[in-house]
Amino acid sequence: MTLTLAVLVPLLPFLGSLAGLAAGHRAPGLVRPLAVLPTLAAAVLAVVVAADLGTGRHLDAATELTPTGSVPVELSIHLDGFATLLAVLVGVVATCVQIYSTAYLRNDPRYPSYAALVSLFTAAMFLVLYSGDLVVLLVGWEIMGICSYFLVGHHWETADARSASIKAFLVTKLGDVPFLFGILALGSAAGTFRISGVLQAAGEGRIHHPTVIALLLLCGVAGKSAQFPLHTWLPDAMAGPTPVSALIHAATMVAAGIYLVARLLPVFLLSSAALVVLGVMAAVTMVGSALCAFAQDDIKRVLAYSTVGQLGYMAGALAVGDRDAAVFHLLTHGAFKALLFLAAGVVIHAAHTNSLTAMSRMSDLRRRVPDAYWTMTIGLLALAGIPPFSGFFSKDAVLTAAEDATHGDALTGGLGPASAVPHAVGWIVLVAGLVTGLLTAAYATRLWLLTFHAPTPRTTAGRPARVALPGGDEPHAMRWPLWLLAVPAVALGLVGLRGSWLPSFLDGTSLVPSGTTAILGACVALAGVLVAYLAWRRATALVADALAAPAPAAPGGAARAARAAHELAGATRPAATAAHPDQAAADLADVPGLTLDQALAEADDAARAAHLAPDPARLLLGPLLGPASEGFGVDRLYRAVFVRPVLGAASLVRFLDRDVIETYLAGAAGAPRLLGRAVRRAQNGNVQSYLSAMLAGAVVLAVLVEALR
Amino acid sequence: MHLVYPAVLAALLFCVGLYGVLARRNAVLVLMSVELMLNAVNLNLVAFDVWLRDTLHAGQALTLFTITIAAAEIGLGLAIVLMVFRTHGTADVDRLRTLAEGADSIASATDSPTKSGAAAAPQGKATAA
Repeated sequence: MTLTLAVLVPLLPFLGSLAGLAAGHRAPGLVRPLAVLPTLAAAVLAVVVAADLGTGRHLDAATELTPTGSVPVELSIHLDGFATLLAVLVGVVATCVQIYSTAYLRNDPRYPSYAALVSLFTAAMFLVLYSGDLVVLLVGWEIMGICSYFLVGHHWETADARSASIKAFLVTKLGDVPFLFGILALGSAAGTFRISGVLQAAGEGRIHHPTVIALLLLCGVAGKSAQFPLHTWLPDAMAGPTPVSALIHAATMVAAGIYLVARLLPVFLLSSAALVVLGVMAAVTMVGSALCAFAQDDIKRVLAYSTVGQLGYMAGALAVGDRDAAVFHLLTHGAFKALLFLAAGVVIHAAHTNSLTAMSRMSDLRRRVPDAYWTMTIGLLALAGIPPFSGFFSKDAVLTAAEDATHGDALTGGLGPASAVPHAVGWIVLVAGLVTGLLTAAYATRLWLLTFHAPTPRTTAGRPARVALPGGDEPHAMRWPLWLLAVPAVALGLVGLRGSWLPSFLDGTSLVPSGTTAILGACVALAGVLVAYLAWRRATALVADALAAPAPAAPGGAARAARAAHELAGATRPAATAAHPDQAAADLADVPGLTLDQALAEADDAARAAHLAPDPARLLLGPLLGPASEGFGVDRLYRAVFVRPVLGAASLVRFLDRDVIETYLAGAAGAPRLLGRAVRRAQNGNVQSYLSAMLAGAVVLAVLVEALR
Repeated sequence: MHLVYPAVLAALLFCVGLYGVLARRNAVLVLMSVELMLNAVNLNLVAFDVWLRDTLHAGQALTLFTITIAAAEIGLGLAIVLMVFRTHGTADVDRLRTLAEGADSIASATDSPTKSGAAAAPQGKATAA
């Protein structure tokens, strides 16, 4: 019974996507039901499966389709608490996203293919979660990759989306190749691709080179879960539609890497080196991405970098051997990050811009999108880790695990010896986690203040165009998924408080906040909020000074304003949008309802205001702002190290092909052509000359044959 | 009768026919020369049949066969010549250059007979010589 339902969970969205593609433009009325209903049904079934399986049990079933040589590949299902809980998360988020998309993309001509791809993606994610066979898991893994490629490139008219989709595909593929080798090595070492068999082999010590295998698998995990150094695709993937970002690049696909490590954690626990690598990777990712998030101007990029950082938390929890904490954070993060992205979509829809700088001058945004305002506040509080919200509890579980690892009793939940986790990893994760907690709270505060708390209407008084931006009421389908997701964002953490319920689904490690880290984490988060708020107040005051001045009558005021503006702008270089007002104008011109003149005025305004926006990042990050807003030049480094040589090699190959090989070919064709031109002269149309030639030839042949005999 | 007489006669006939095919300009005469060559072959077939004392008389049978074919061939050939004469106004093989490389159409060949004839003249002389 449970098995049948579990098979239906991935199958329904898959069939839905096929039907949606078939219906397509022929039956437009069917597309929306075909997109929403299978996903909804799969979500309900996922809940039923989770409830049916209950706690502490697991279900294994396998069927072999066809013999596949030495190591069998089987269609198998492995259900345990991890799989069923995450399937519920995926189902709920996917349903919310499908419903939200019906409104968000209601005028999009490519909506049918979009909805089908989202359904296909959901099916693949379910397959990854439920699969008990590494090769079948890999199939789902790769389907997600290709769906992500198509969905990031949904707006393929723009060069940004095209290059972002190619980048996402190539970078994740760069990790997937070693990942494939890792799976093959693991399968041949354990003699089976069944995850249960692999774990059994790991327990019996039959896996001989765990470090190599774990490092190979980590490459794939770093690619899929956007960990340093393969994280660069995720911020760019924000070129896709916002619901896609919410589903794929926040809640589900990027979590697949974390889920895989959690599944195979006993293998990783065999190798301290792999855990150290994972821990360092997580720490670098966390701190770096938090700094980057602090400096971004695009609201979606802020959220993208924050996703990278939160995935770093999960990777850190796995590095210290506590997969319960990792999955707990994965669940809460999936809920509140999907909520944040969907709310950001509403805000972008209303504001007609992605730019925080531009939003910081829209004083009425809070009143225009009250649902988004309140739910985003909840999401940001959860993200920042403020106590009663879910993020606090899950982050604290991570920090507790790290703290336990620092004195040698890592919470491995019986999967391996606690001594498998080196103390150093515990320290690295703990320190990085606390620093990131501070930064996360700060950038969440900055995002909230800049988006919804424009200083005063007076600063934009001279511009009447501002008041009448089109927008207004958002459709219901875009509003109530936010509230649906807000429930777990608030309450999921409290589940961790009830000592026994959630852990009994998982390995049984306690997820209740422990004294020291809980207080430390909360203090750090509050400090981050406070610092960001104070910096914002200071920046607002400076901006107000600078803007008050232009009245030329007050010479003293002008001087003061000049000083204030100088202090504000001189602290750092202007943001990227300010440096390229033309580009900003072009971006804005895409927004419907704005004429080019307005767009130009906007861009001009943006260029001026980039110096004058009350951005706390300018004051707090100081000289770090420039590098941080560009992702610390990782992209530029990759461009120099990988992209340029590849382009150079490509142009070399092009030169060899066009100019060398083709010259030979042309030469080879040229000689027969000349010969043919000579022979063609003999073709004069006179039958008698042909016959003469034939006779002469026959005579010559006869003489030759006679002479040679 | 010794074999050499019919053989020499056949060779002579064949050479006359060959000369006619290569040198005559009138298509009808070319066809007649082809007949001569065929008959030279027939003569050879009959002569060798007798000389080899073939019990099945394959040479004679083949001769009858060739005569039939020749009749059919000359019928077709004369019909073609007739059609060519009707369309081109001439049965002169030197002027029928439509198959030449670069000859674009029948019309151009017929429109400028003097030119193509002049061009063909040296060629014709060369073959004749």
